[in-house]
Amino acid sequence: MTGDHQSLALLLFGIFVGVTLAITTWVSRNRHGSAEEFYAGGRLFSPMENGFAIAGDYMSAASFLGISGLIALFGYDGLLYSVGFLVAWLVVLFLVAELVRNCGRFTLADVVASRMRERPVRIAAGTSSVTVSVLYLVAQMVGAGSLVALLLGGTSGAAQSWTVIGVGALMVIYVSLGGMRATTWIQIVKAVLLMCGAIALTVLVLVRFHGDFDQLLRTAADRSGHGERFLAPGLKYGGDWTARLDFISLGLALVLGTAGLPHILSRFYTVPTARAARRSVVWSIGLIGSFYLMTIVLGFGAAAIVGSEAVRGSNAAGNTAVPLLALDLGGGADSTGGTVLFAIVAAIAFATILAVVAGITLASSASVAHDLYASLRRRNAKPRSEVAVARVAAAGIGVVAIGLGLLARDLNVAFLVGLAFAVAASANLPVLLYSLFWRNFTTRGAVWSVYGGLLPALTLVLLSPVVSGSPNSLFPGVDFQCFPLENPGLVSIPLGFLAGWLGTVTSREPADEAKHAETEVRSLTGAGAA
Amino acid sequence: MEMHDARDAGVGQADPGPGRPGDPRDPWYDALASGWGELDGTGAPASVVPPRGPAERRSASAADIYLEVQRSEAFQEVRGRYRRFAFPAVVLFFAWYVAYVVTATAAPGLMARPVTGAVNVAMLAGLGQFLTTFLLTWAYARHARLRRDRAALDLRWSVFEQTREQGAER
Repeated sequence: MTGDHQSLALLLFGIFVGVTLAITTWVSRNRHGSAEEFYAGGRLFSPMENGFAIAGDYMSAASFLGISGLIALFGYDGLLYSVGFLVAWLVVLFLVAELVRNCGRFTLADVVASRMRERPVRIAAGTSSVTVSVLYLVAQMVGAGSLVALLLGGTSGAAQSWTVIGVGALMVIYVSLGGMRATTWIQIVKAVLLMCGAIALTVLVLVRFHGDFDQLLRTAADRSGHGERFLAPGLKYGGDWTARLDFISLGLALVLGTAGLPHILSRFYTVPTARAARRSVVWSIGLIGSFYLMTIVLGFGAAAIVGSEAVRGSNAAGNTAVPLLALDLGGGADSTGGTVLFAIVAAIAFATILAVVAGITLASSASVAHDLYASLRRRNAKPRSEVAVARVAAAGIGVVAIGLGLLARDLNVAFLVGLAFAVAASANLPVLLYSLFWRNFTTRGAVWSVYGGLLPALTLVLLSPVVSGSPNSLFPGVDFQCFPLENPGLVSIPLGFLAGWLGTVTSREPADEAKHAETEVRSLTGAGAA
Repeated sequence: MEMHDARDAGVGQADPGPGRPGDPRDPWYDALASGWGELDGTGAPASVVPPRGPAERRSASAADIYLEVQRSEAFQEVRGRYRRFAFPAVVLFFAWYVAYVVTATAAPGLMARPVTGAVNVAMLAGLGQFLTTFLLTWAYARHARLRRDRAALDLRWSVFEQTREQGAER
């Protein structure tokens, strides 16, 4: 890695930071932070804008660098990830987006609390939302740290630590000063940059192979060293049955988790109507789908052009496949074109992390202020403005994320993301679907389904090989592992649904028929929507 | 309550369309004909007016309004249309996705079978997932636009009217 790459990448990234900070100050001028403004950006974004912002929130550096890297190393098995990440959006579109937009105001807990006893439900849903957000946030922070180490050659711990701290500080500034409006514009800018970068590289790869996809696949298979097996599943997840079950578990978590991610749900509140929410999801499915199709080309392209061995030599997890591909496509390491393309890819990856991190921080600060603080503060305490609490919460979450990000520096990013999805699918999705579709769902059912998904998910991770009992685990020295899978989804998602059902059928109080009628009518018609 | 819908709703659609209770004495008739429809709402809209007399309406509280709307035929129709499309579609794509993941992990041999050139069953199945996702998205958006939006908007308007009326009576 030469100095030219570094300084150009840093310059481009500096420009991105400058532009986004300018956006933040520009949109936050003359605004008196109402809750509507801070959490939902005034609810006046257009479906297209929101669609880009959703895509920006969703497409993390883990997918840009991680998935194409996995494809470059393991061929087809990497592609399984991108399918899961995309198909998940059908759950969001069909069952969640419109109804949540109609029923809620700012958070997931709003939807559930509207037909239940408010306090216990808010505390439960708020707790699980914050847990999911922090897990996801730590994953992104760790990703940011290792990205810097990889791209700028600073393999020292200090560079990594300072990156985590810098990213954390920037996101707190964006969120607490600019709220949802600034965060949304940052997502939009980032999504456009990411799409442009991906399109440019994809076109260059296809031009290199004269538009012949078959030729691309053949070359990739040849240069991977695996031959035909590279193009079929099994290289990564084809081991023993534990590994296969683990992958099925991850696949379930990916598909069911997206609809429970707090930062995705909060995006639906930024548009005026359910119809606009639906149209923004259609936009984002188009964007996300084409993006993942391009990562397939980029992944196989990296295998074919750079070669799997060279990719593995640079980074064992494959995270540098796309930057290396860019270097080669631009004309090689010593050419200007190569340097420029490499720097652009690096800067886009930074921008991606920064934007995703800001979106999650905003959603979790909303959960803290709107759900937890509002329910837990003492009744006679002086009521503070909720937005002021949310700004402080954003700073607090920033500090927690920086701290955990520094601690978890050596954990695998893809694993952390999978874990966040698993917790979201186990704790948030059951309660959301039950409240929207089950007539007899009760307060006890709601509380049980949140904790009944959250606690098993976290416990199973503690007992899994990730934490102890294997050389790669968090505490390799001790062994209290008794659950074989790394991803708890396969067990904890059904448990979340089961707990909600059990809590409901054992409730002494029956479900409130009038409130169910109100939820159902509001969710499908938009009557009385905020 | 803010009616943000204005920018989503079409402009002045004078003809309430076939199948609508076009009785001029109907108290909701004017409201419906005054621009709350959508230009692209070509599906036969369900009857919107909950059939009940003015005497009943006077005693309605907010909760009663929702209960009554929920029981109305118009709402049942909107809900039925939504559920009859969304639920089978969810079952369909979820089964297809799970089958894909399980086959990929349990039977890689089948997935590796070549089809044409370097393209094998696995590659086709993966791209097929992308394709079905796009197709279902399109089908859902179209179904909602043509079969649900208009009736839902009418219902929203009718709830709004009833709530306002009730507020005025107090």
